[in-house]
Amino acid sequence: MTVKFDTNPTEVKRNQNIPDERGYYGGFGGAYIPEMLYPNVEELRNNYLQVIESADFRKEFELLLRDYVGRPTPLYYAGNLSETYGAKIYLKREDLCHTGAHKLNSVVGQALIARHLNKPRIIAETGAGQHGVASATVCALMKIPCTVFMGSKDIVRQQANVLRMKMLGAEVIAVESGSKTLKDATNEAIRHWINHPDDTYYLIGSTIGPHPYPDLVARLQSVISEEIQSQLMKQEGKDYPDYVLACAGGGSNAAGAFFHFIGNGKTRLIGTEAAGEGVDSGLTAATIYSGTPGIIHGCKTLLMQTSDGQVMEAHSVSAGLDYPGIGPMHAHLHTTGLAQYLPVTDTEALDAAQMLSREEGIIPALETAHAVAALSKLQFKPDDVVVICLSGRGDKDLQTYQQYFQEI
Amino acid sequence: MNALQNLFHNKKQNQLSLFFTAGYPTIDSTAGIIEACQKAGIDFLEVGMPYSDPLADGPVIQQSSTRAIVNGMTIELLFNQLEALKGKTTIPLLLMGYLNPVIQFGAERFMEKASATGASGLILPDLPIHEYREEYQTLFEKYNLSPVFLITPHTSDERIKLIDELSNAFIYVVSSAATTGKKQDFGQAQLVYFQRLKSMNLKNPLIGGFGIHNRQTLQQAWQNLNGAICGSAFLKKLAATPDAEKAVEELKKDLGLKMD
Repeated sequence: MTVKFDTNPTEVKRNQNIPDERGYYGGFGGAYIPEMLYPNVEELRNNYLQVIESADFRKEFELLLRDYVGRPTPLYYAGNLSETYGAKIYLKREDLCHTGAHKLNSVVGQALIARHLNKPRIIAETGAGQHGVASATVCALMKIPCTVFMGSKDIVRQQANVLRMKMLGAEVIAVESGSKTLKDATNEAIRHWINHPDDTYYLIGSTIGPHPYPDLVARLQSVISEEIQSQLMKQEGKDYPDYVLACAGGGSNAAGAFFHFIGNGKTRLIGTEAAGEGVDSGLTAATIYSGTPGIIHGCKTLLMQTSDGQVMEAHSVSAGLDYPGIGPMHAHLHTTGLAQYLPVTDTEALDAAQMLSREEGIIPALETAHAVAALSKLQFKPDDVVVICLSGRGDKDLQTYQQYFQEI
Repeated sequence: MNALQNLFHNKKQNQLSLFFTAGYPTIDSTAGIIEACQKAGIDFLEVGMPYSDPLADGPVIQQSSTRAIVNGMTIELLFNQLEALKGKTTIPLLLMGYLNPVIQFGAERFMEKASATGASGLILPDLPIHEYREEYQTLFEKYNLSPVFLITPHTSDERIKLIDELSNAFIYVVSSAATTGKKQDFGQAQLVYFQRLKSMNLKNPLIGGFGIHNRQTLQQAWQNLNGAICGSAFLKKLAATPDAEKAVEELKKDLGLKMD
């Protein structure tokens, strides 16, 4: 049985997409870091806005986004989906970015910042491998040595991306501690940064971590909603959609797809979380649904934790959403009702991936399939303009798809 | 004055402190370790509260934390263990851990319990200084707990002065840019750093940690600072022998404090 969720119209609220000076979105965010990280994080905090707003940066960033990443990505009117679901459904084709996902937007920007800060090495964490591949790609382009931390469990389920990173010249370090997934890959990357503070830039892949990372990544990804505005203006004669649907693990593609629409009073922002085998199954990554306020990886947000404050292991068929926390911006948007977050199970996501492949000839990433799955949980009016952030392509997940569809 | 402040009032030099993870190697190890350390003449102790994601720690403390959590260690249980030990030992105790478990326990409830069970201070490395000043300082004062802050070779003079101002027991001097448990002897960089600290004439004693594992590192910390903290090396000894007294003696041998 399909559960239909009611969505509330959002209220008009300004400046909810950026944190205050200390990095708080309402009660979430901040920088909870040991002293060993303080100087590096402080250096970034003192410089990031000035750098990304400078004319030199904008020029170089925009050129790379256009000619290297392949932006603007199309906003594709999905006729078959529209007919099936009774609304005007558009797909924002981030899967057509070079390397196959939205991740490159932020990586290009952060690599330019690393260069500005005179950091000759880059480290990154990765879950599904998309951020690792994006980092390895831009580092190859800019001739920056790159080390990627990846959980050993993820290395097994995302082999293709491991091979890509290696071909691009990055060093991939298998993380054996804790969950052996994204959470502990992030821990190891942070530990490495503590041990190499002078020459290393930590290129975080999502809107997580200590301030200013969530804000930095959201601003760099906001090119997605900026393009949606102007593309919708041309295609629909209005510069906002009625709905934006995006999956959220750490939440970077959702942050980017929501950014210019947050608090506009018109657009319903729907994030989808990986519910794994079900929100109450104990095997889930639905942080908003089952999490409580606490601290993870240097920021205050919602996370899945025990009553003693130990971080729990997440579970999702999708490596990229297998994270027990969520970006502080999303915790804030949820708490204030400015966005809503729906849990989507492994099975629902897999079925949505199959559906999109057959309906539109587009094989989405497993992460992205969680956003597509929201279509059957919402009730649209025929005139509703719905944009799904198609964050990544599914080549890396073919093995998982094959296994699943053989089983049923 | 709490027990820790009292210790620093009476002993200015050559302090030796040990760190261990509560609930490691077994859930009931805490009392035995504290008693063994007191008997061996260790000056004060840091009782580590295990956390699932210890960002600043190397493999030894990580593994001890994971094991302690699997063993069933919780903050509540730790307070019960300390409560049972009250009056039996006099060695000053600090609790050290990450902020999230403290917040989940309830910050004020935590401090009240910590103080009531005999702790003199807290080390919460991921508690931001501004948040300490705005939300925690009055609680520390109310429960007579000393806040201990970390500084590293990269901490600016200005920030060190601020930390000195906020401290009332000692300043934790992280020896190098590293996670805990790096086995490296101290070189020129550490000596320059220690000299810089000395020349600042800070009001609080300076206790060095991260990398104290042998005679050389202990002596250099003692010669340049007011004392030293040894953690990972102690945990390794505890892993190797179930007898806490023996573990402390073995460690003292490694640190050059005891002949074979």
